[in-house]
Amino acid sequence: MTTPASSIVLVLVAALIGSFGAIFLKSGANALTKHWTSVAYNWRLAVGIMTYLLSSVLFVKGMSNGELSVLFPMVSVGYICTLLWSHLFFQERVTHVKLAGVGLILVGIVFLGFGNAAH
Amino acid sequence: MSSVTTLPEVRIVDADKRRRAVLIVVGCTLIIAAAQYLIKLGANQLSAQQQHSIHGGTISAQAAIVGIFTNPSIFSGYCLYAVFTVLFVFALRDGELSVLYPLISLGYVWVAIIGVLAFHEPMNPLKLTGIAIIMAGVTVLGRGSTK
Repeated sequence: MTTPASSIVLVLVAALIGSFGAIFLKSGANALTKHWTSVAYNWRLAVGIMTYLLSSVLFVKGMSNGELSVLFPMVSVGYICTLLWSHLFFQERVTHVKLAGVGLILVGIVFLGFGNAAH
Repeated sequence: MSSVTTLPEVRIVDADKRRRAVLIVVGCTLIIAAAQYLIKLGANQLSAQQQHSIHGGTISAQAAIVGIFTNPSIFSGYCLYAVFTVLFVFALRDGELSVLYPLISLGYVWVAIIGVLAFHEPMNPLKLTGIAIIMAGVTVLGRGSTK
């Protein structure tokens, strides 16, 4: 079984879109106050949720066709992007601890991807 | 972080909020796992129903959308996703995106464990290693960022 390029592109795009969704959710969350209008008129939250939904649809579509060992680890591209975006947009610091944590998670996901594909 | 002018109390409150945000997201991953379990359960039921029809076990896109609203398992699964979103946004208010977003990968760990326990998928050394490394990464990320 080989993995079609279309599936790889779909999963990568889904991961990228998902990381954008996270930015909108974060900036929407930052705008939250005790007042209900901060939820009702929060377009960033709405965009974040829509982006997330779109991302999961593309993700399922991409994953349905191809090797799990190849496609599953590509999810982690989203984590690297998010690390970058949160530094660019929210001035969060990229520390050694964060890099180590995300690095371990990436390695773990690669193992899990191969393990899932083994049966 | 270690600015001289920052009052110690302020730092403690900040660290408490961040720790709470991390704990909320860890809880969120359990909700995701439960949601995926329910959706898988419902999808299996749908596919068993379809077995007797002309489609022979494969679920069409149309049947999947109808299933979201008519199958109680699938419906409650998606409701849990809504709960997850609300809690995640709450956590994001107090925590860093660069910490909280990768923590969601803990969901893969629970899903793999549920797959073995509930759906009798085989466990293998690769999966076990992956689970252990992801848990280590989540621990490093979650603990290191709240100090």
